[in-house]
Amino acid sequence: MKLPQQVPRLAIVFALAIAALVAARALLVPATFGAYGHYRGAAVDSIAARPVRFAGRQECEECHDDIAAERIAGHHRTLSCEVCHGPQETHVADPINVTPAPADAGRAFCPKCHGYDASRPTGFPQIDPATHNPRKPCAQCHDAHAPEPPHVPGECSACHRSIARQKAQSHHVDLPCTTCHDTPTQHKVTPLLVRAAKPAERTFCAQCHDSAKPRIEGAPQIALDAHYPRYLCWQCHYPHYPET
Amino acid sequence: MRDEDRAPLPTTPAAPPVDRRRFVQVALAACGAATPVLVGLVRLPRASAQGAAAEAAAAEGYDPTGHRYGMGIDISRCIGCGRCVAACKAENDVPLDDHHFNTWIERYVIRTDGAVTVESPNGGMDGFPALAEEEGVRRTFFVPKLCNHCENPPCVQVCPVGATFTTRDGVVLVDEKYCIGCRYCIQACPYGARWFHPTKRVAAKCTLCYHRIVKGLVPACVEACPTGARIFGEVEQRATPLARFMRFNDVQVLKPHLNTKPKVHYASLDGEVR
Repeated sequence: MKLPQQVPRLAIVFALAIAALVAARALLVPATFGAYGHYRGAAVDSIAARPVRFAGRQECEECHDDIAAERIAGHHRTLSCEVCHGPQETHVADPINVTPAPADAGRAFCPKCHGYDASRPTGFPQIDPATHNPRKPCAQCHDAHAPEPPHVPGECSACHRSIARQKAQSHHVDLPCTTCHDTPTQHKVTPLLVRAAKPAERTFCAQCHDSAKPRIEGAPQIALDAHYPRYLCWQCHYPHYPET
Repeated sequence: MRDEDRAPLPTTPAAPPVDRRRFVQVALAACGAATPVLVGLVRLPRASAQGAAAEAAAAEGYDPTGHRYGMGIDISRCIGCGRCVAACKAENDVPLDDHHFNTWIERYVIRTDGAVTVESPNGGMDGFPALAEEEGVRRTFFVPKLCNHCENPPCVQVCPVGATFTTRDGVVLVDEKYCIGCRYCIQACPYGARWFHPTKRVAAKCTLCYHRIVKGLVPACVEACPTGARIFGEVEQRATPLARFMRFNDVQVLKPHLNTKPKVHYASLDGEVR
């Protein structure tokens, strides 16, 4: 039996094409392609081998357990250390030689969470950084590891310290602040939104200082109608430290 | 063609060395004999590579087949501080400019006349400017966004070279060495979660911090969230934080009508969120 001569030729051409295909596949298709699916299996391992930067709070707490205990008992219990201290995997890997930079506790950082924003959930503690003691670093009053919730001040002097000191030296020392200032309860909670009132009438000061009224021991008196009737008393006199 | 070449054709009656039946028999037999050889040539290197990969995974003590990762996001807890965005950029070497984000935060403002504004200045990384006018605002809230790691990912379907894929543990990843930078997947993603890396010239996206979760750590954004608005876990196991979050909240996904089956579940999701 003799094959016609075009059959071996065709067979050679086919064999070459198939060999070329096999060789091209072996060369071009990556070794692990299709190991788990229609992708390069080694890519998963190379992505899994990327470096870790954030060590995780468990790593921090293994050494800094005292700070962790303080933090977990307070309002920052849900925070991870690295939120404020930054990624610290290098410090965890070599705690002696790699010293972390101090935490960012400046006035630009804390308001990222605690600055007022109408879109934040109701009840989340927020301040207006422009009016909330703008020149003080946050950490001067607040401990970031164990922050205290805002509390209602018990006395006016808690905030108005310098006025309280002046009044202590004045003839008005015995008068409570609320004698002259009508102070809504809400002023203690949101002092900037609900303000305390000043006397709006001359007749208020005149209760003690009008010569037509019976004289109170030590209180100077004036003729109310003749003494600069167009002005309120506190526009000229400073009641917290009145002239003797 | 010359005349003598034409002479021994099988159809010529002079001397038929091979008839049609014989030719077909020989050809089929040859094909049958060659098939196992060819398959062996193609499969052998692959099988050995598969064995090597399986060994590497076993060496780390991590079995991807037993996991199905997802994330939960509690909108009512998000304060829009942007710490997740900053942490993600630090962990994953994302360029620090205004256009490239694996995760970002959107602020929704819905006014009483029904107008909805969505903004995300620098992805929310530097916080949000105060609302110009709070009058007439009906609701306003923050929505963190990231790759949804869909069960039916459109981005994986369109990749012409198999450079983006779903791992066996349900994470959608990009093979940077294999990506040709055609940007098809960026167009295909209905959530805008993919971006084009300006220097590597490949598609990039959230990996769910794959390098962290295989080591038992949580993703960087979850680690950094100060209020616990992000919950990481597995969608199919009962005893993970995410499963608990999904049981105790009325969770929804983004754009459910697209049938992408996202694995990022939102609680307290407003109907206006797209």
